[in-house]
Amino acid sequence: MLGLLWLIPILPFAGAAVNGLLGKWFPKWLVTFVALAAPGASLLIALGCLWEFSQGTALTYEQALYMWTAGDLNIPVAFLLDHLSAVMLFIVTFVGFLIHVYSAGYMGHEEGYRRYFAYLNLFMSAMLMLVLGNNYLVMFVGWEGVGLCSYLLIGFYYDQAFPPYAGKKAFIVNRIGDFAFLVGMFALFAHFGSLTYKEVFAKIAADPGAVTGAPYALGLPLASFIALCFFVGAMGKSAQIPLYVWLPDAMAGPTPVSALIHAATMVTAGVYMVVRSNVIYQLAPGVSLFVAIIGAATAIFAASIGIAQTDIKKVLAYSTVSQLGYMFLAAGLGAYSAALFHVMTHAFFKALLFLGSGSVIHAMSGDQDMDHMGGLKKYMPSTRWTYLIGAAAIAGVPLLSGFFSKDEILHSAAASGHWLIWLVGLITAGLTAFYMFRSYFLTFEGEFRGTHEQEHHLHESPASMTVPLWILAVGAVFAGYVGVPKVLSLGRDLNWFHNWLEPVIAVPRGMEAGEHNVGTGLELLLIAITTLIALAGIYVAWTNYGDNKGLARGQHWAARLPVLHRLLLNKWYVDELYDWVIVRPLAATARFFWKVVDTFIIDGAINAGAFLTELTGDVGRFSTTGNVRNYALYFFLGVLVLFYWIAFR
Amino acid sequence: MSVPISWYLLLSAVLFAIGAIGALTRRNGISIFLSIELMLNAANLTLVAYARQWNQHTGQIIVFFVMAVAAAEAAVGLALFIAVFRQRRTIDVNRMNLLQG
Repeated sequence: MLGLLWLIPILPFAGAAVNGLLGKWFPKWLVTFVALAAPGASLLIALGCLWEFSQGTALTYEQALYMWTAGDLNIPVAFLLDHLSAVMLFIVTFVGFLIHVYSAGYMGHEEGYRRYFAYLNLFMSAMLMLVLGNNYLVMFVGWEGVGLCSYLLIGFYYDQAFPPYAGKKAFIVNRIGDFAFLVGMFALFAHFGSLTYKEVFAKIAADPGAVTGAPYALGLPLASFIALCFFVGAMGKSAQIPLYVWLPDAMAGPTPVSALIHAATMVTAGVYMVVRSNVIYQLAPGVSLFVAIIGAATAIFAASIGIAQTDIKKVLAYSTVSQLGYMFLAAGLGAYSAALFHVMTHAFFKALLFLGSGSVIHAMSGDQDMDHMGGLKKYMPSTRWTYLIGAAAIAGVPLLSGFFSKDEILHSAAASGHWLIWLVGLITAGLTAFYMFRSYFLTFEGEFRGTHEQEHHLHESPASMTVPLWILAVGAVFAGYVGVPKVLSLGRDLNWFHNWLEPVIAVPRGMEAGEHNVGTGLELLLIAITTLIALAGIYVAWTNYGDNKGLARGQHWAARLPVLHRLLLNKWYVDELYDWVIVRPLAATARFFWKVVDTFIIDGAINAGAFLTELTGDVGRFSTTGNVRNYALYFFLGVLVLFYWIAFR
Repeated sequence: MSVPISWYLLLSAVLFAIGAIGALTRRNGISIFLSIELMLNAANLTLVAYARQWNQHTGQIIVFFVMAVAAAEAAVGLALFIAVFRQRRTIDVNRMNLLQG
């Protein structure tokens, strides 16, 4: 089965090609079949590969397809299955397939059904390439591929004004990060002559002093410089401050796209990349701390915005940004397995929440404003229960998946002694619990606040949508049990996830083993505090929004804290700030080059030449009277001049 | 006693000037032709005069060529004028101004 590894990214690509090129002549059922069969087959092969891999003793399985050669540059196009890519492979294929199934129901009535699935399959292919590549360049190809598909799918409703704009914004902001990623790869290649993980990491491990000693660029040693470049790349892809602004706008795409690309898989690519490069990050403590600080700042910043949003998808979008911040917080503190653990649990509950919101939006005929919802639990029980499970999981309710992964992250913060970061994480956990349950109560509890037409139209979604919801809900409940902390498992080592990742997280820096730094009593206390904060957030949400007067209370608070409310509602005016500081000056410069340099100077010079030629012609044409005698006179005068020149020069 | 060459040249210059002025001032096509012939023959006279002066035949031979060309030119030119006259009932060159930009 491992021999079929290469088929995993290729099959969705084939699906995209078949639907994209030939689908025009297919009946709809065939389009659906191709679109679902491709990722479905990938999932089956992936499960087979993972089973075989987990049974074997080999630490890695590599499959070279061919050597890409350009002069001195030799890049193997090869796939790698190790303990890290295995986790990502499982998440991407499993969640991806479920969202494909869901999409068949959700997009059923839409124009461009075939186009949608062609893009979505292409995305799967690129994402699997990103995850499975055995070197940074193959990862980068996938990285750009998912960026392209993200752009295409955000701008899916191209006949409206906003989605294409949001797509462009996502693409351009990502380019900024990609640039840094490229620079990092150049530095890596210039120094090691290779981009393959195995070779690079082996060379670094053989001589760590060479990459941590003398400054290389920007006053940083090589390892720190590369780590910083890679992290800036991750900032773009994984929506961290200051490059997070594209993700909330990306909600303009269809909701399953938000679930797949902008919650479960693509945005976690940055975390995957940092975890994959952990050998480099471990040699760059300063940059790692920077990663943790940016992660913590993003986590609390995005969570604060999530509180005041009324668009259900915007709440989830800021929640995603916040949770991604959590992952970087963990990765920056060296808790790479905790970061990846949260990637996995987050993939389940956030995909679930997004799909749940999609189900709600489907029933509301496209309305996303929670002010118009309320009381939906009567009409859509499956959606309600699964959304509740997802919200509880992300809030960190004990024994659900988010509880374990969040706890591990906060524990690693505490164990590393960064109590300020721990506190930020803790407050974020409280805010998360609050705004998630605010969205739940506003949507499903109380009385319906929309129009009569909307109320008449309310219905539970078809099975193709609710079945994936229930499967993801099961995942959101139980995914955490692969990483139960030692203190809660009565001394037995039940943290399978941690042990599974042991081979790829090579050199523990003392923080991975930080469980020994915090005593059992303190650890239990921390867990209790985290749990209490989460429950407190839920309680506050319940007392404020649990009945039908939630909106009034919200407005009451908004009236009492007008400045804060306006700041939060307008997302701290960051978009406006960027608009004034970056976009407008850039546009003004572009307009200067367009209007002055291009139109005036360059076009002007050419037009002036043409004008002069025309003017000469206009004047000169008066000499051609058509009268032969005039011509004879010119001729004669010419002869005279010639004569004069010969005779008297 | 032979006539000095300067007399021939002077006569030739006078004939050429008369021809040039005629060619530039006359409006009748035939008259222009006559003037051009005059200029050509003024040139011929010069050639012949020098040929005699230096006792060389080259100049005289060139005169034959000039006369042949002049005859051909006159034939073509007259044919053109006849064609124009048939068309427009005039050979006034001031009225032949179709060739303009």
